Amino acid sequence: MTATLLLATIVKILIMVMFVLNLAAILTWADRRQSSMIQDRVGPNRAVIKIFGKELRLAGLLHPLADGLKFFTKEDFMPPNADRLLFTLAPIMAMGMVFTLVATIPFGDTICLHQFRLFPDFWHVHTGPHGELLDGVERWGTCAADSRNGYAPLELVVAPLGVGILYVFAMSGQGIIGAAIAGWSSDNKFSLMGALRAASQMVSYEVTLGMSLVGAMMIYGTVRLDDMVRWQQEHAWGIFVQPLAFFLFFAAAVAENKRIPFDLPEAESELVSGYFTEYAGMKFGMFYFAEYAEVVTGSMLLVTIFLGGWALPFFHRDGLLVQFGDTTLLRVAIPHVFVTLLGVLAFFGKVIVVCWIQVFVRWSLPRFRYDQLMKLGWRLLLPASLANILVTGVVWLAVDKAGSAASDGLRIAADVTQAVVAMAMTYLIGRGVVGMFGTVTHERNIIGTSAGIAARRGGTKTEPMQA
Amino acid sequence: MATATFPKKPADHINAKPVEYAPHDLEVKSYLPEIFRGVGVSMKHFFENTREIVRGKLPDPVLDRYDDGITTISYPEQKRPYPERFRGVHRLTTRTDGSMRCVACLCCSTACPAQCIYIEAGEYPPGDKRRGYEKYPVKFVVDELRCIFCGYCVEACPCDAIRMDTGMHAVPYDSRDQFIYDRDLLLSFEGRDGSHVTANARHEPGDPTHPGLTREHSH
Repeated sequence: MTATLLLATIVKILIMVMFVLNLAAILTWADRRQSSMIQDRVGPNRAVIKIFGKELRLAGLLHPLADGLKFFTKEDFMPPNADRLLFTLAPIMAMGMVFTLVATIPFGDTICLHQFRLFPDFWHVHTGPHGELLDGVERWGTCAADSRNGYAPLELVVAPLGVGILYVFAMSGQGIIGAAIAGWSSDNKFSLMGALRAASQMVSYEVTLGMSLVGAMMIYGTVRLDDMVRWQQEHAWGIFVQPLAFFLFFAAAVAENKRIPFDLPEAESELVSGYFTEYAGMKFGMFYFAEYAEVVTGSMLLVTIFLGGWALPFFHRDGLLVQFGDTTLLRVAIPHVFVTLLGVLAFFGKVIVVCWIQVFVRWSLPRFRYDQLMKLGWRLLLPASLANILVTGVVWLAVDKAGSAASDGLRIAADVTQAVVAMAMTYLIGRGVVGMFGTVTHERNIIGTSAGIAARRGGTKTEPMQA
Repeated sequence: MATATFPKKPADHINAKPVEYAPHDLEVKSYLPEIFRGVGVSMKHFFENTREIVRGKLPDPVLDRYDDGITTISYPEQKRPYPERFRGVHRLTTRTDGSMRCVACLCCSTACPAQCIYIEAGEYPPGDKRRGYEKYPVKFVVDELRCIFCGYCVEACPCDAIRMDTGMHAVPYDSRDQFIYDRDLLLSFEGRDGSHVTANARHEPGDPTHPGLTREHSH
């Protein structure tokens, strides 16, 4: 069993690291391609691979590959007066911390492995008189009586730490050190200025980042990330319970990632490229990559704490259960392994959607001025997060005092939010599909002789590239 | 000596327009409504452009260029045609029988301010019906690197023999000698309409429309 668990841990690490690495690489592409779609441009499409005489461009997906190749073949430049050790250490720290952070993020519910059979009898569902599963699995992520029924829990998180979110804060706090020593060791005033900005900005927003989650922790009653998700699965998603904290956390997370509109540490119009001005080749690539990996991990945290993690509306560990208060509308028993796998897909899908939205934020907003940044952090976000804690506490106590009627009402409200989420997801997907089939009309506007010549030729012709 | 006063007296009137700032109400200060609006605009463009690119219905970059949407010309594959009056690379026109119209009068090379045209005139061989009436260029060389594309040669030509209506721009080459266009190359270029002749008819000696003297009516 130890060997199985060891193997399972390696597989879990591979899943998480591969997901972060690949999504970060795809995000570099998405950043360019999506920005071009937003700005009515064509975007990257020139990286070509030739297979069997056919040119493959894949909508520019080969550009991250070309970037990687370029990073590795470039000169590993170091300024003559730079601190050799710190200069080399900085990108490693920036990148390493992001990947240690993902260890505590759960990407699925606990799977109960059968101790004696490699593949348990998934297809056969034992249900009780009320349609509940009699399979030795319980709602709250535990496996009933290990030795007797022969089930062993397999938690879908690399390191199921009890401190959970505190470890995440500790690790994300280390990101400052990478940026700071990169700027310090570069022996460049622009770099130093960028590092100063990075340090002060990240320290300022770290406070809000932590404070905005206190309310969530109070309600969930835990700091373990997987228990947070289980609470959301049973009740309502965090965005409904803590709507203000969601926006505060989102803003603080974008500021932590040093992305537009908070990209002052690398403001290219002011500081060339900020703290990594002097970096070239793969060292620069590591900073560049760490930024996108931070976007992914930030999205993972956001999804885990506020968007229900692996939870899908009405899907519980023992199957689909549509229930409002005490009225049950639909009950379908599904083996927990399938629900869990669906949840894993849901988690990664939600992360991708949140990353996609972050790209929109990046390409829509202008950069803050430095004093605006500090004002926003200390005078708006931090008091708002403190007020959020206070209000959460007051409401919590009030509901506690009001008795069972209030909690029953909240219970139904929580089920309604699940229905809202389900309907919103269905609507958005349907809207997207329908929107793809809408009519596309263009207004001919032939002005000038060159447009006249093109019109006589029947439109602008695309000819094969010559020479 | 002028006495400096401090603090400085303010100017009588300031020649500037006051800037209107956004009202500092809660909607502006909370940032969020404006952020949602901005992201909404981005999303609108994103979805429309994605739909057009997926369905292959992008607007024509020349004909629909005032529309929303991606109207980028992917240059080497797609080209915007030049306007009709564009002065492109020169060509030498021909008569209807395929012989060149140039009579080597040197008007163009004389008019050329960049002195990029070199012509060596030659006599038609004895027995040719044009011998005695006109010459022809043995060499006709245009240095496209020197040419400033002013079009004076076209205006100077009495025979409509040199034109700049190819609609081609000068192409980059590896070496300078490739920019020296000789007579046969210039003759091989077509006009925009795809022909080697011009619309102006030429009246040969012997034609009833011929305006000048002929051998028979030389005195």
